Amino acid sequence: MSDSLSRLEKRTAYTLVLPAVLLVFAIVLFPIFANVWISFKDIELKDIRIPEPRAKKIVKSISENQSELKIIYKLRNSSLIQEIRNVQFQDKLPTNVSPINLDPRCNFQSKKIVCNFGNWQAKYRKNFEITVVNNKGEIIDKKIIKSQKPILSGKADNPLLTTNFTLENFKKVFYENNFVELLLTTFYFTFFGTVGAIIFGILAAQLVNQNIQGRTYMRGILLFPYVGPVVALAYTWTLLLDPNSGTLNALLVNFNIIEQPINLLGQKYITMSILGFEFKLRLALTTVIFFEIWRYFPLAFLFILARLQAIPQSLYEAAQVDGASPIQKFTHITLPQITAIISILFMIRFIWNFNKFEDIFLLTGGASGTRTLPINVYQQGFAVSDIGMGSAVSIVIVMLLLSFMIIYFRLIGKRANEF
Amino acid sequence: MNFKSLAIFLIISSLFLTCILSIWKIMSTLQGLIFTNLNVTPIFLISILLSLAFVFIGNKINHLIKIFSLSFIFSILYFYFNEASPYWYILGVFLITLFFTNKLKKYSIQSLKEDFISEKIIFDFITLFGIVFFAFVILFPFYIMLVTSFKTQIALLVNPLDFSIDFTKSLAELFKSYFVIFETYNFGRYILISSAVSIGTVIVTLLFAIPAAYAVARLNFFGKNFLSTSILIIYMFPAIVLVIPLYTVFSQLGLRNSIFGLLIVYTATTLPVAIYMLQGYFKSIPKEIEDAGIMDGQNWFGIILKIIIPLSLPAIASVALYVFMIAWNEFLFSLMFLDSPKSFTLSRAIQYLSGDAEIPRQYLMAGSVIVTLPVLFIFIYFEKYLVSGLTAGSVKE
Repeated sequence: MSDSLSRLEKRTAYTLVLPAVLLVFAIVLFPIFANVWISFKDIELKDIRIPEPRAKKIVKSISENQSELKIIYKLRNSSLIQEIRNVQFQDKLPTNVSPINLDPRCNFQSKKIVCNFGNWQAKYRKNFEITVVNNKGEIIDKKIIKSQKPILSGKADNPLLTTNFTLENFKKVFYENNFVELLLTTFYFTFFGTVGAIIFGILAAQLVNQNIQGRTYMRGILLFPYVGPVVALAYTWTLLLDPNSGTLNALLVNFNIIEQPINLLGQKYITMSILGFEFKLRLALTTVIFFEIWRYFPLAFLFILARLQAIPQSLYEAAQVDGASPIQKFTHITLPQITAIISILFMIRFIWNFNKFEDIFLLTGGASGTRTLPINVYQQGFAVSDIGMGSAVSIVIVMLLLSFMIIYFRLIGKRANEF
Repeated sequence: MNFKSLAIFLIISSLFLTCILSIWKIMSTLQGLIFTNLNVTPIFLISILLSLAFVFIGNKINHLIKIFSLSFIFSILYFYFNEASPYWYILGVFLITLFFTNKLKKYSIQSLKEDFISEKIIFDFITLFGIVFFAFVILFPFYIMLVTSFKTQIALLVNPLDFSIDFTKSLAELFKSYFVIFETYNFGRYILISSAVSIGTVIVTLLFAIPAAYAVARLNFFGKNFLSTSILIIYMFPAIVLVIPLYTVFSQLGLRNSIFGLLIVYTATTLPVAIYMLQGYFKSIPKEIEDAGIMDGQNWFGIILKIIIPLSLPAIASVALYVFMIAWNEFLFSLMFLDSPKSFTLSRAIQYLSGDAEIPRQYLMAGSVIVTLPVLFIFIYFEKYLVSGLTAGSVKE
């Protein structure tokens, strides 16, 4: 009895879970594996379209005699590289209209012209003509003929499914792609973006956690950058930072803080001198990192605030009695209480920043030294249209991510559950 | 008398006042006032005088009279040291000083002798400064976005710093950018598409997620633990690595440029978060209530529909709002999958507009305002639900 009950429970559970699991599998897990397949193939964007036979129909009168017409089909292979085999053609004629001198490849039966065109090479392009005549000598309506679309079919290989593999993509990723610089840029962006967001998050949480007026409003406002659409925010920032007409540069020039406008998003390096030491700063990358911090510190803020509000007030009161200074209170009570959440936030944000695409894409498009791995996937796959190469970069990302995750679960995986 | 703490007090408080007054000056510059100098030094010096006077007067006169008269004197001095400026500007200076001196209330000669007073002063003013700083840094871009959309191309070229809104213009003139993007660039259609995709995603996600979350929360089955850990791992996986395979498959299936294709992808990527958030809430519902349902002869469908859903409406609402915001803000997939302006979402349409150098920026900003306003309204209105949703679905954006 209980056995059949538990079996029923299992069956119910699978029915409930299965639709969601299948969908996630198809859209999220399958592509990750498909990437492995594509990354070993020499394939470009133009190859992924399955070749189709096409025909454009043109109707012409031959003479004064309206009962006779010429139909021209402009036949072509849509693919520039692939052959289509065994092309079948079919078109329909109105009642009482029939073809004369029909091509031997075709035959006419019950108002239908059916042809077998055989194989079409890549770039195949030819005209095919037939002459039709009305059996009763009446005028043929061109429009009716024209409105009937021919149907074509043929067999072609799907270049995605062939089994010729190559290691070329990975060679290119590691040797011809400035791989070291790419990796370094990604790590700078990820690391400083994460650390910055957490530091600002701690500061903001510390502020809002005090008894100030309008605390809830402040919390709401602080989350604006996080909930706003990235497209709108990125373009607003681009406009603010623009060297020619941007507000920030105009203000700085107006108050004589700088002499020349600075192209914050378009300049790779800027030379700074501090205490006599000159060094070069990655300017565009720094700006992008600041945008990243601006947009994501609210998340860190929200979590740290939630943690801060859970710290028992009695701890602070006890410290007060012991005569602790504000700094001591922070380092000895607050900080130990928030280290767990900070370490979790660090890993989560690290992984997410590592994968960040939209923000950089919208701000700089990956120019001026802001090319990170995700940007490179897009550049290779869609700008250079080398899909195989783009997939290879994706695989590199997945590999790095997996190693981060292993580290993450080793280090703080157990803590993640209590949170 | 402790000179060290007095000095720290004077310097920190004056720095604070100088910063706030500079922000005020910058904001006024953006209203078309012409200032070319921040004049930090003289303002800092008179701020020190103000703080000094404040502590030395102490309790000798009524607090209100004290702050009013001090602020008045300060404003006059400020006026003297600065370029000619309209009355509203000086009034602003007066109000800021009033606010500042009011905040100084707890400091006096006596209080400066307390333990750790210098740290307390620094903490106090950092808090105040931090609030002003964060509010300014966060709201400023939103402010620029909004006011730019009301300007004209010529006005922006004449003075790129003048963002004042001319209320004497007719409404049609003021909202010209909005009319243009609706009439010429079809934004009405994009709003419809974005809403359809987002609302559709919410509905489909909930349809899939509620049963799955119920099973994970309540039923025992093989692979349950594996499922709940893989949910966590799946949301760590980034959209960018899915893009190329999905693009190729969708191209071959003819799902690109279709709202349906977008809907599937959005649903699949938000499902893990939704399940994760919902199962946590379902677990908190007492099991006895369900047992009563089972006694009444309800099957799982009845239990979910009649017991679980009504009891977890707040959680479902927060998941729905959260998923809506993700779908509304989503950009990467709409960039990859949509090429034809007929099927653009709002985000994609704005990005498409920005690619055209001919399009003036106030149109771009008007579009940005349109795409931002709904999310901000939803967020402000349902903040309570959303904050709990955000904290639960921490990892996804």
